[in-house]
Amino acid sequence: MQHVSPIREPLVTGGKTYADITEDVCRQVEAKPNVRWMIAMGVSLVFLGIFLYSVYRTLWFGIGEWGLNKTVGWAWDITNFVWWVGIGHAGTLISAILLLFRQKWRTSINRAAEAMTIFAVICAAMFPVLHMGRPWLAYWVLPLPNTFGSLWVNFNSPLLWDVFAISTYFSVSLVFWYIGLIPDFATIRDRATGPIARRAYALLSMNWTGSAKHWSRYETVSLILAGLATPLVLSVHTIVSMDFATSVIPGWHTTIFPPYFVAGAIFSGFAMVLTLMIITRKVFKLEDYITLEHVESMNKVITLTGSIVGVAYITEFFIAWYSGVEYEQYAFINRATGPYWWAYWSMMTCNVITPQLFWFRGIRRSLTATFIISIFVNIGMWFERFVIIVTSLHRDFLPSSWVMFSPTAIDVGVYVGTMGLFFTLFLLFAKFFPVVNMAEVKSILKSSSGISHTTHPGASMHGTAPNNSHKHD
Amino acid sequence: MQETIKYWRGVEELNNTPEFQKHAHNEFPEFLPVSEAHGEDKSSTVAPRRDFLKLLGFGVAAATLASCESPVRKAIPYLHKPEEVEPGVPNWYASTYYMGDFYNSVLVKTREGRPIKIEGNTLSPITKGGTHARSQASLLNLYDNSRLKTPVVRDKDNKFADTTWDKIDQEVRTRLTGVQGKVVLVSNTIISPSTKTVIRDFGAQFPSFEHVTYDPKSAYALLRANGGVVPGYDFSKAKVIVSIGADFLGSWISPVEYSAQYVINRKVTAENPIMSRHFQFETFLTMTGANADVRVPIKPSEYAAVAAALYNGVAGGTGGTAIQAPNAAAAKQVEAAAKELLSNRGAALVVSDSNDPAVQALVTAMNSALGAEGSTINSGAPSFVRQGDDARMLRFIQEMNSGAVGAVIFYGANPVYDHPQSQQVVNGLKKVGVKISFSDRVDETAALVDYVCPDSHFLESWNDYEPKRGYLSLAQPAISPIFQTRQAQDTLLKWTGSTSDYYTVIQRNWAGIVGTAEGWDKAVHDGVASGTTGVHQPVSVTPITLAAAGVSVNKARPAAGNNAVELVIYEKVAIGTGQHTNNPWLQEMSDPTTKAVWDNYVTISSALAKELEIEQNDVVRVEAKGTSLELPALIQPGQTYKTIGIAVGYGRTNAGQAANNIGANVYPFVTVSDNALQYNNVVTITKVGAEKPIAQTQTHHTVMGRIVVQESTLAKYKQDPKSVTEYIKIATPDGPKNPQSVSLWQDYEYKNHHWGMVIDLNSCIGCGTCTISCQVENNVPVVGKQEVLNRREMHWLRIDRYYSSDATREDGGFEKMENPADNPAVIFQPMLCQHCNHAPCETVCPVAATMHSTEGLNQMVYNRCVGTRYCANNCPYKVRRFNWFNYANNEKFDYNMNDDLGKMVLNPDVTVRSRGVMEKCSFCVQRIQQGKLEAKKESRRPVDGEIVTACAQSCPTNAIIFGDMLDPNSQISQVLQREKGERAFHVLEELNTQPNVTYLTKIRNQA
Repeated sequence: MQHVSPIREPLVTGGKTYADITEDVCRQVEAKPNVRWMIAMGVSLVFLGIFLYSVYRTLWFGIGEWGLNKTVGWAWDITNFVWWVGIGHAGTLISAILLLFRQKWRTSINRAAEAMTIFAVICAAMFPVLHMGRPWLAYWVLPLPNTFGSLWVNFNSPLLWDVFAISTYFSVSLVFWYIGLIPDFATIRDRATGPIARRAYALLSMNWTGSAKHWSRYETVSLILAGLATPLVLSVHTIVSMDFATSVIPGWHTTIFPPYFVAGAIFSGFAMVLTLMIITRKVFKLEDYITLEHVESMNKVITLTGSIVGVAYITEFFIAWYSGVEYEQYAFINRATGPYWWAYWSMMTCNVITPQLFWFRGIRRSLTATFIISIFVNIGMWFERFVIIVTSLHRDFLPSSWVMFSPTAIDVGVYVGTMGLFFTLFLLFAKFFPVVNMAEVKSILKSSSGISHTTHPGASMHGTAPNNSHKHD
Repeated sequence: MQETIKYWRGVEELNNTPEFQKHAHNEFPEFLPVSEAHGEDKSSTVAPRRDFLKLLGFGVAAATLASCESPVRKAIPYLHKPEEVEPGVPNWYASTYYMGDFYNSVLVKTREGRPIKIEGNTLSPITKGGTHARSQASLLNLYDNSRLKTPVVRDKDNKFADTTWDKIDQEVRTRLTGVQGKVVLVSNTIISPSTKTVIRDFGAQFPSFEHVTYDPKSAYALLRANGGVVPGYDFSKAKVIVSIGADFLGSWISPVEYSAQYVINRKVTAENPIMSRHFQFETFLTMTGANADVRVPIKPSEYAAVAAALYNGVAGGTGGTAIQAPNAAAAKQVEAAAKELLSNRGAALVVSDSNDPAVQALVTAMNSALGAEGSTINSGAPSFVRQGDDARMLRFIQEMNSGAVGAVIFYGANPVYDHPQSQQVVNGLKKVGVKISFSDRVDETAALVDYVCPDSHFLESWNDYEPKRGYLSLAQPAISPIFQTRQAQDTLLKWTGSTSDYYTVIQRNWAGIVGTAEGWDKAVHDGVASGTTGVHQPVSVTPITLAAAGVSVNKARPAAGNNAVELVIYEKVAIGTGQHTNNPWLQEMSDPTTKAVWDNYVTISSALAKELEIEQNDVVRVEAKGTSLELPALIQPGQTYKTIGIAVGYGRTNAGQAANNIGANVYPFVTVSDNALQYNNVVTITKVGAEKPIAQTQTHHTVMGRIVVQESTLAKYKQDPKSVTEYIKIATPDGPKNPQSVSLWQDYEYKNHHWGMVIDLNSCIGCGTCTISCQVENNVPVVGKQEVLNRREMHWLRIDRYYSSDATREDGGFEKMENPADNPAVIFQPMLCQHCNHAPCETVCPVAATMHSTEGLNQMVYNRCVGTRYCANNCPYKVRRFNWFNYANNEKFDYNMNDDLGKMVLNPDVTVRSRGVMEKCSFCVQRIQQGKLEAKKESRRPVDGEIVTACAQSCPTNAIIFGDMLDPNSQISQVLQREKGERAFHVLEELNTQPNVTYLTKIRNQA
């Protein structure tokens, strides 16, 4: 039995029992949607509508609907793509790496974080397809047997690596998330009263019985998937960064990109998880499961990764100077002082300065401060990608081709539209799926609820232990 | 005996009921609802539901299928194939371009009977195979939907109605017979001798006839100072050239000819490092000024003083009589120029575009003092391309207003648009009984006449030309008239009552020159011949004496008041005088110096702009006595302080879709003094407070201290040819190395050909002809002003134009380097796909849509492209162009690829790209293939010069050399061999992209 230090903050507060956990988590799945959820869903659907309209304009008339031009071939599209992929990273990191490191605090947030990963990757995946001139031929980037002769994809192209990286990442994340959901689906199935709900959750739970064999397989598969997903946390953004790093464009052609991108991804992902969790715990009254302890732990990760990113920014400048390459030097001076200086300084403020506030314990443990800073980080990380992509492209080698980029309404529409898509999916998830992993939270209840199991025999606790909580007739 | 086996047809037969027996003999024993279905049963006329649904289903299916069918596009083979037409094989016809502006001997490429490309005629001793953007683009005027399809006549409702040639001929002849008063034919300069004879014969039938010639951009003063002709300038003989305002490389008199001559003394080699020195005194930064070694900005009012001071300098050295001269601006440079001129007597040339007789008289006096005649001026071959007589035209306008003119015929002239006394022309026309126009469209003048008898396009016509005495040229139809148009000469012949057609007239006129039928055939084949018809006579002018000029230059010039600035009215390279501007290619051609498209604007120096708080794109109101206009301002380095420039050729109202209502018409600002048109005025400018964006293809104007384009001085080059070009080395552990030797890549092996290009920056004058030639050859779409503002022009080949900056990185950082100098040095760099051997674009395409050919080409496979634009991002030269929209068959891009007529200009050998794919320069791969196939058919290797890209072929200065770098005897190999380590460089060599395009460093002959 693991010894729990009395100094350590409990991970589950409020003296919860196994039954309470089931009750608290299943409540929103079983109850009628509340008004706040309905309003949120309505707003999300409006944004989804904007997304659909913008996509229609893009597909029907062409990429010319966006603000791109002869010099700036990528702008908001790839900025959004990298931003969304980066956001996805937190989910994988929390569920996979923290699982491997046996970090128990992850149990109550991993479900939502993983869901966020999947929805973020879905949003991200929109852009590589939509940004194509002929998206109906998007399948040509897959190495499929074809009738065009011996026509093969170009394995030299980082965009092709992206295809593999993102699709692998998406499928592994999806399976990992789904496996984790199975026991909880079974719980909901067993509690369901309506015939549709019972059937639906029965289907989703894949005939889970809660037998010891099932639990043993569950644990094994989780561990294997965690092992598979861990390198993905590093590889996906490494490969995304290679889209830029392997090019010749000053500001892109940088060997520091892989670690810098991975740190940035985790940074932005954690910020996004915090933004969402702070709302979710409030709306669904999950304060006892997602505690200040969680928020603080995540803020520490944000401070660390934010500092890595900050060091990377400074390193880039140093290397630009040290390299003696005038194009490289100009690219960086132009970032900070050129026509897009405001984007650069927004990035610096949001990404480098604000996370340093978390050195103060009071700020680290303040929900309001955390929420605001998490939004700042999200904005800053969007600007980081914008700065990298647009300010590098708009003034590259030949001054004759130097241009400015300005987005169109459709550019904005596609971007805010993906937020509509994301939140629609997230709200559907929050309503119909258990947002907290009941099974795993129950597994830490004995050790981390702040209630000593020795002093409280807690019959009720044992009575609802996961492996015998469900009776199957 | 076996019983016959009985087979029943059904249970009914077995049962054999009476019912069955009753119907047994009917074809269908059971009841069929036939009558109901036919509606015969009166009781139920409604079709049963099932049948209705069946019919409905069938109907919908049939209608859907029918509408799904793609439109029938038939490729019909010739029933009787014309002997000379081979499908897929082009035919070439020699012809001549002259649309009232300049002369250009050309070859017309036709495919299946339609002209698709114009190239220079290398047999021409005048234009030597060069072309101009306007001659290249004139092809599109042929396929212009705004042209009249039939002759039109004014009907009872005062509107134009279509008519037939027979009717109009009859009516016009009747009306002309009974005409009261003078008959006048108004035209711009006509250099066709046969046309002149036709006009002469036509005029002979009337008691009083006059042929009035004027030019929208007049050279009347030049004619007056040179005995009624344009002197036969030969820039190739000039070691020192002084131009006072003349844009002789871009738009003045004969730019193709002058460019070809000019560049002869600008090409340098290490063995022969001799260059002419070119001084340019001018107000607005012209393309010619941009090429000058010494450029001095002066005001229009200072032209006379500069000419006088220069004359005095020259006269002082040659023993001529000095004149009383006012103090000249830029005295130092004038003195230097005079000194240079004097020390190069016999190889010096002074030209000016001024229409001030005094200035031209001084220029002529200088040239004769310097012994130009016989060397830099060929007196035996004066030019006839300007014959406009300002005084006569002004007199004619008065005569019209006084009612003395009974009939007027406008032939190739549009004075309502392009004459400063446009209002008087309009008023005068009301008093003329018979008004006829030969305009090919209802232009501003034609809109006020009774009969419009549309002239055919020059590609549909026979014609002859004598641009210079002794030099003849022919034009033959490359296509039969597309519409019911008739060439003006034939119309005039009809109205003269002649039975012969114009072709016969030309032949008859040429009989004495070409002699036999073979001689005629050769002349038609070659397009050029030598000899003279003697038809052209010098324009009768009153010469101006030097003494009179001396008095004139001291007269008070229009003084500028406090707020007043001087306006100079100039001609743009692409648009010219505005006559044939309904041409999307020309409208979207980026101006050599301003890089602006689709508009005219007020060019203003940065100092004056700052003073008046005017910024780029601010609309300013320009006012002069009696007229005003509003145009956006464009900050122009090199513009003289307190002056502005506005280009003519815009503000058309009746030209057609592409040209109408673009910019403003500045002709009303042209002033009339001493019976001559002056292309300058004194104006006041005020800020309106509105903004109108000017679309420029280049918005960053300085090179930011980068060595993407290299230049040096002649002095340095003479000293050590190896010192003029900077070669970048890469730092390695073993010391600095040539970038090519530090590579991670495996090189391609070229076994057959290795195509390459050399662009000599010394020869490139930045005229932009290649950009249009490329556009025509490669079906490059026109995208319109808004899309250029969105920075999405599609040109595969562009001319980068850089201004020098006074700032360096040390003394002000990058921000100051963005500002061009007040009078900058200018350098042009044609930029196209560099066809890198280590191409950054090729590695990044996920679907391998762009790849390397075995002959060194960087190829773009449109069909495979999915449009990620990664290649364009990764291209250091930014030469890739993306199809943001469908540019063909799209209402939003209604230029020349949206209607059947306009599409006839498309090159059938080049794919029209669809939306969503990347495109770029292909080194004219269709021409390479064609050349290789021709060679293969004859079992030989392609000969050097046989395969040439459109840009190289069209270049008037031969700045572009294309060829096989594996062939050691090819011109390109020899140039590369010669220039290696001296002037040859690659742009961004340090990236080790190893381009197949090599540039040669520009050398300036600075004093």
